[in-house]
Amino acid sequence: MTSGEPDRPAHVDADITLYRLQACPYCERVVRTLEDLELSYHSRFVEALHGDRDVIKRLTGKREVPVIVDDNTGVTMGESGTIVKYLHKQYRNRGGEE
Amino acid sequence: MRLKVTELGPADHVEVGETAPDFVRPLVNDEFWEDVALSDLVADGPVLLLFHPMDGAFPTTYIYNELLDREIAEYDVQVVGLSISTPYEHKSLIEDRGIEHYRGVFSDPANGVADEYGIAMEMDGMTGIEEPRPSLFLVDEDRTVQFAWVAEAWPKFPDYDDLEDALADL
Repeated sequence: MTSGEPDRPAHVDADITLYRLQACPYCERVVRTLEDLELSYHSRFVEALHGDRDVIKRLTGKREVPVIVDDNTGVTMGESGTIVKYLHKQYRNRGGEE
Repeated sequence: MRLKVTELGPADHVEVGETAPDFVRPLVNDEFWEDVALSDLVADGPVLLLFHPMDGAFPTTYIYNELLDREIAEYDVQVVGLSISTPYEHKSLIEDRGIEHYRGVFSDPANGVADEYGIAMEMDGMTGIEEPRPSLFLVDEDRTVQFAWVAEAWPKFPDYDDLEDALADL
């Protein structure tokens, strides 16, 4: 795990990984959107201390959460407002990802 | 006067030759935590599953130090811990013990995995808290238990030589 995105565990069949901080309102906003759109997702939790977030830095160049990685489209993206817009645009008319 | 340890007696635990119960819990590494199944790990090779006391307890320190001294990770095995401590405590444990090269530490505050393995014990003097007996299960790619050690006294430490024999036989 020295670069890029670690594989999701094999038992997970979701195509979207959400990097999140427990109780972070911006992360919860993305969670609500994922749930509203009935998208399945896999959570990875990081700690509050930004210095401990190298896995995020490798993904986006920054250390902020939330970040999503969407294997359906190859998109890796931060900023909750941008993510919410992206998810709506990408999935609103699909009634879930299946 | 010789100090006596508390006897726990035998446990009705998962035995060698049996299938290790599968479970999903948050697995903590040095960067993040996520839900992982034991079966996810064995798909990558054998797993040494170490049930240990709360992260701050001295036996936890002793056990990890001994595994490190013996360079257990040099065998073809993924070393995985499990305790009732939270992911935040596991993050500190990984850093304090220097076990970033281990596969991770599962967090199971409700002690349900220990129940599945038949090794749950109540904590005397800590009402409402139970944790696993200190235990080691060496699980192969078929999730079959190849070696099992479960503490029958408190405190009690694993027979590390027997463990190394089992690792060499993998």
